[in-house]
Amino acid sequence: MWSIIQIELYKIYKRPRTYIAFGAIAALIWVIQMGLKIDGEAYAAFLMKDINNTLVVDGKVLNGYLICYILLQLLLVHVPLLVALIAADMLSGEANLGTLRLLFTTPYSRTQWVLAKFIAASIYTILLLIWLAALALFLSMFIFGTDDLFLMKSNYVVLIESQDVFWRYVGAFVFASFSLLTVTALGFLMSSLANNSIGPIVATISAIVFFTILSTLNIPLFNVIKPYLFTTHMNNWKEFFDIQVTDNNEAITGSILNIQKIKTSLIVLSVHIILFVGASVVIMKKKDVLS
Amino acid sequence: MPVIQVQSICKNFGSLEAVKDLSFEVKEGEIFGFLGQNGSGKSTTIRMLLSLIHPSSGHIEIFGQDITAHRNQIAKKMGAIIERPDLYPYLTAKEHLQLFAKLSQKKISASQIEHTLQQVGLSNRASDKAQTFSLGMKQRLGIAIALVHQPELVILDEPTNGLDPQGIADIRHLIKDLAKEEGKTVLVSSHLLTEIEQMAHQILIIHQGKKIAMGPTATLLDPTKSLMKLSTSNDAAAREKLASSEFAAYLLEREEGIYITLPTEQIAALHQYIVNAQIPILSLESKRSLEDYFLQITSQSN
Repeated sequence: MWSIIQIELYKIYKRPRTYIAFGAIAALIWVIQMGLKIDGEAYAAFLMKDINNTLVVDGKVLNGYLICYILLQLLLVHVPLLVALIAADMLSGEANLGTLRLLFTTPYSRTQWVLAKFIAASIYTILLLIWLAALALFLSMFIFGTDDLFLMKSNYVVLIESQDVFWRYVGAFVFASFSLLTVTALGFLMSSLANNSIGPIVATISAIVFFTILSTLNIPLFNVIKPYLFTTHMNNWKEFFDIQVTDNNEAITGSILNIQKIKTSLIVLSVHIILFVGASVVIMKKKDVLS
Repeated sequence: MPVIQVQSICKNFGSLEAVKDLSFEVKEGEIFGFLGQNGSGKSTTIRMLLSLIHPSSGHIEIFGQDITAHRNQIAKKMGAIIERPDLYPYLTAKEHLQLFAKLSQKKISASQIEHTLQQVGLSNRASDKAQTFSLGMKQRLGIAIALVHQPELVILDEPTNGLDPQGIADIRHLIKDLAKEEGKTVLVSSHLLTEIEQMAHQILIIHQGKKIAMGPTATLLDPTKSLMKLSTSNDAAAREKLASSEFAAYLLEREEGIYITLPTEQIAALHQYIVNAQIPILSLESKRSLEDYFLQITSQSN
């Protein structure tokens, strides 16, 4: 099994398309970081214009931690689309090339191939996330320095001390890996249903957009199914940045306001991953390879 | 024990019966020719042998083992090329062989990979990516992939597609050598009937998913009669003699040469008759081709 995972990783490594996502993330982060480096103070003033009259903020608001948070808010919505480019091509791309039949005539079962391909796609996804973390967090910390993290939520503000921030990003990235692996599994399922590359990629992206809209709409009919939609839970990495407070409204270091929400989201996402991959295995086992 | 044993397999795609009650056996060390027109069910059958398609009914055993239950063990001893050479455009010829050598679960040395590239005439393009290859070169690389792990059974679906005449001859010699020198069993399908005729020991012909003929090549080519071409030092005299003999009924009207279609057991008598007539024989050769036979029986089937 390990040898076919290695082979799948080797093919991903050799394929030019692999590097599009890495390049796109690097370009986006670099553009945003440069923009904020040049004109960040004006941006920070704009963000805080509503509270400047009631709150005096000392220190460096526009620091590496805040930049990373801004980047994640922007990018974690779009990175799934980049993940879909690879994941949704894993089976259908081979079917389209005709190489799937070569693989399926080797001494490995279809179940082994599907699982190896999913693991390889998952490793790619994790590497993409590590790349995102390296650029969004570490590069921002290097360029902008670190300080307390000051976040403006819809009707309150959160202030997290600088020494209490880094582990939250680690947690957020681990959570994001579950979100992106769900997208990988969905892309994989779509890939098992088709014999061309474009269809599954478009279908995966469409499914994400469709379910994201359902998750966002506040309509009673949809509220019933919302807790079961993976898109409802994908953005809950932000929960790591909501902190508990004492009765005196003082932040409790090392706390998370709603840890149960994170746990529930991780369970829902994990169930989706298992269902999507399980369905892919069943479909591929029964499929006649005609391409 | 036959290497391949197919018993009454059928494959339906919806209402279409692609393969109907097909049975055949392939013996060890033989080259088995698989013939049929486009859409006759050849590739569907080959895909069922490779477990790419599940039969609707019937049973397939390879190396005496059920293909469904022991697919992975059987696959270690098989190599195949299916219809067209499908490759990874971003990998070189050598990288393809290294990849599929690793997938074979056998220890394949670097020299074995070099030898396989040499066998198919791709040594000088080993480091070039597949996307730069012509169709013929892709076909050669596809064959190399099928052979790199030294399989006991080689299944080649249209292996000479896209090859030039020299390439076709090279592959024909390679297939013959695989059976003769290395004792491999080869199942080969081709639309080039003369190619099959020149290398196969056994031939199976299917039409519209059904077996219409099977047997040793020599027997199939001449099931009842032989089409002979007679060349003598005096063809006019020979024709005149034959026209007034017991062979007159077998004599064919052809503008060039003397063609006779007669029962196989009478060939010796024909030869003796011309010798007795004191007309020197330059040659007496069978002219019935597999193509003639194939077209004849498929048209009968239609």
